[in-house]
Amino acid sequence: MSSLLYSTVTELSAALAARKISSVELTRACLERIARLNRELNAFISTDEERERSLAAARRADERRARGDAGPLTGIPIAHKDILCTRDFRTTCGSRMLEKYRSPYDAHVVHELERAGAVVTGKTNMDEFAMGSSSESSYFGPVRNPWAKSRVPGGSSGGSAAAVAARMVPAATGTDTGGSIRQPAALSGICGLKPTYGTVSRYGLVAFASSLDQAGPLAKSAADLALLMNAMAGFDARDSTSLEREKEDYSRLLNTQKIQGLRIGVPDQYFGEGIQPGVRKAVEEALRWFTAQGATRVNVELPHLPLGVAVYYVIAPAEASSNLSRFDGVRYGHRASEYSDLLDMYARTRAEGFGAEVKRRILVGTYVLSHGYYDAYYLQAQKVRRLIVRDFQSAFERCDLILGPVAPTTAFEIGAQIEDPVKMYLGDIFTVPGSLAGLPGLSIPCGFDESGLPVGLQLTGDYFSEAKLLGAAHRYQQATDWHLRVPTETPL
Amino acid sequence: MTWEVVVGIETHAQLLTGSKMFSSASTAFGASPNTQASAVDIALPGTLPVANRAAVEHAIRFGLAVKGTINRRSIFARKNYFYPDLPKGYQISQYETPIVQGGEIRFLIGEQEKIVQLTRAHLEEDAGKSLHEDFQGMSGIDLNRAGTPLLEIVSEPELRGAKEAVAYARALHSLVMWIGICDGNMQEGSFRCDANVSVRKTGDQKLGTRCEIKNLNSFRFMERAIEFEARRQIELLEDGKIVVQETRLYDPERDETRSMRTKEDAQDYRYLPDPDLLPLVVTEKMIEKVRADLPELPDSKRQSFVSRFSIPAQTAAGLTSSRSEAQFFEDLVASITAKLPPSDPKYKEVIRSTANSVVGEVTAALGDSGRDFSNNPISVWDWATARLRIADGTISGKIAKDDILPALLSGEGSTDEIIEKRGLKQISDSGEIERLVDEVLAANARQVQDYRAGKEKAFHSLVGQVMKATRGKANPAQVNELLKRKLS
Repeated sequence: MSSLLYSTVTELSAALAARKISSVELTRACLERIARLNRELNAFISTDEERERSLAAARRADERRARGDAGPLTGIPIAHKDILCTRDFRTTCGSRMLEKYRSPYDAHVVHELERAGAVVTGKTNMDEFAMGSSSESSYFGPVRNPWAKSRVPGGSSGGSAAAVAARMVPAATGTDTGGSIRQPAALSGICGLKPTYGTVSRYGLVAFASSLDQAGPLAKSAADLALLMNAMAGFDARDSTSLEREKEDYSRLLNTQKIQGLRIGVPDQYFGEGIQPGVRKAVEEALRWFTAQGATRVNVELPHLPLGVAVYYVIAPAEASSNLSRFDGVRYGHRASEYSDLLDMYARTRAEGFGAEVKRRILVGTYVLSHGYYDAYYLQAQKVRRLIVRDFQSAFERCDLILGPVAPTTAFEIGAQIEDPVKMYLGDIFTVPGSLAGLPGLSIPCGFDESGLPVGLQLTGDYFSEAKLLGAAHRYQQATDWHLRVPTETPL
Repeated sequence: MTWEVVVGIETHAQLLTGSKMFSSASTAFGASPNTQASAVDIALPGTLPVANRAAVEHAIRFGLAVKGTINRRSIFARKNYFYPDLPKGYQISQYETPIVQGGEIRFLIGEQEKIVQLTRAHLEEDAGKSLHEDFQGMSGIDLNRAGTPLLEIVSEPELRGAKEAVAYARALHSLVMWIGICDGNMQEGSFRCDANVSVRKTGDQKLGTRCEIKNLNSFRFMERAIEFEARRQIELLEDGKIVVQETRLYDPERDETRSMRTKEDAQDYRYLPDPDLLPLVVTEKMIEKVRADLPELPDSKRQSFVSRFSIPAQTAAGLTSSRSEAQFFEDLVASITAKLPPSDPKYKEVIRSTANSVVGEVTAALGDSGRDFSNNPISVWDWATARLRIADGTISGKIAKDDILPALLSGEGSTDEIIEKRGLKQISDSGEIERLVDEVLAANARQVQDYRAGKEKAFHSLVGQVMKATRGKANPAQVNELLKRKLS
């Protein structure tokens, strides 16, 4: 049984197809592990406690298999980040504001994965409204890192990352606004992909920063990410920023992507000050593997990269301050039980419903959009954002992909940074620029630091280069086994 | 000291679309509260807006009709404020770059044409409704209207006084209905105006401090509200006080405006481009498609009526106050022309009197029966026949107006049937008329004397008596002639 949980989606898919296992069997194994580990990891906010719903979905998947009507994901247990709307589970966004909120509809991504036959086992914990890099700001308590339970799994998709790392589910969805898929994948020693902005519909993804939010998969291997992307990506007319492109097969380059001759861009800043030696060492080693296979190292410059965090922390809060206005206690969600008038109802509802980090960002966002400050902050940030886009465009004239660390550090202790938001924000330094430019970014494990904590390697590509990134990563994962290492503190 | 009243009008025209500005919910009026609010309209978490193409086309149609500039790329922006009937906590509108910039509205003040420049017209969504009665200390929220597409049309402050402002609003009202983008129903709020009113000393270049007046849901109220507000401002200034910039609400019960909020309470709307919506791109192809469907506009039709039929501009303006009225008139002309060639000496007069009848008695009769030209039960052929029967002497104009028109409205049959059934034919038998004239002369010896003494008025009275005796069916010209002969 335990070998099932070790397996990748790709392997499980083959085993299901060969009738070596059933989805019911696999789903039951996952549900048992979730039940056993969730109390200590707090990776899930909602689980299918009676198990009936998941097992019914698993039985339907097995029936589809029997009818010969199955795809690669049919019968694969997954988990959704609790920011994606689901009819079957409440959708809390990790917030007291939506503690009991049940969506009457499924997010596009949820619907597509269900159509593909994936079995939903629960909703994963996260930073409140995806605001954070540690999954500590959740109203439902912090998520613990399976590699070291005193440490954070990264965030905001920390619940999904921890769930996959701890082998509770073989894959999960996440969302990435400034690194919220890539960074927890790195800190938890698994793989995560933030697709090109507009590739995956945002319909049903509770908005944090609309111009940056993008859903993507977390799993154990690049090949698994490709399988999930095949189901998740695609045009959706309900999202005006969804791109009308033909469906693509994200697995198509897994075995054909050449490393020989691949031009790998390496910005100096990615190896500058502030980066932990253990992180640098592992990333440099991965780079050496690529060059040893015949890739060329190209020095690229991203002169505006150091402004990324500052720009991000103007634009994202600005959009968030507006997006979160709908949580006013009028129609759904939390409402203060006592209030004297309308303004008091708003004030108390939001004071009670939102946590400190969300309030901080609403305040910052409101400030930068205010009369007299808009030009100096918001407009200026938009201008620099365009410069960052331009930096990447000229870099991709000289290279095929950009390689670097995902985060400057490995997983830190719970509580170590929560009181120092600026320090926490600076942890997003390598992920935020790609988000601002709308580029695809892949995070894969590339080693461990001296304390045995996983290090993530980031591959950033030009628009729509996901298949290439996944192909290059797959080649790397065929030669290494970092991605298959099992967290020491949650052994099977 | 004389004062000049300066007015600019902001109009919210609800666009005639089946679905809302950013969702697929219905826009039909009058449904039970909250039955026409989709997940998008009530701003459930995770929902996203998608711009309604039909609303965009309506905005383009308006832009073309007023000869404005259609921006090829306009931006939807969020106007942020908290209110219970604003589900998202922001209204999606257009701020810095509207879809239509500039343009003009032409209308008549007397026989004089006035041209008013427009600042802009932009697309936005409506809010829901807060219902403060019937909930015992609470407020009810109806989100059926939330997300309804609106075109906000802003005029330059080029209107001088209440009368001009109302003339502008009426012209705009008939234009938006003419081009089919708005049903113009003011009671249901499909066409709402706010007036920015200021006063200045005649001759001053600088505009005075303005007040915005809201809740003008009829043209009559608009006129009264602007008049009241102008008077209020003039009195303040003449007393050496100042006008405070504020928003005021018109109260039709008391016929006065009241302060709603001052500039100090003005909110900071923290506009930002809506990241959920891409810039609205209007292609040349879209514009050409809309242009191809655009009907002839009222101005141009009005001018062509004046030149084709030699009718006064005011009459032509009346005929072009709606597309259905203009169409009715044009159809009448065609039907009349089929029977009476334009070369006929009577032709011009028939058309002219037909035009007068349309803007006069027909409009009035339809109005009295709670209708207008869009649901006019009178067939073109019947009214054309009535006009032709006047021309050929079968009936008088008075009979057409007083007997035939009401009969046609109540569906008593065709014009000729009505004439026959009711015995409305003019008495052209001169023997019969002569007998009646003799009777009248015999019975009114005093008037006969007065007339002979040179009192022209007495003659009219005698004509009236004869007409009365024939119940209006005598040919007035014939009666005149006979009377004159008998009295000479």
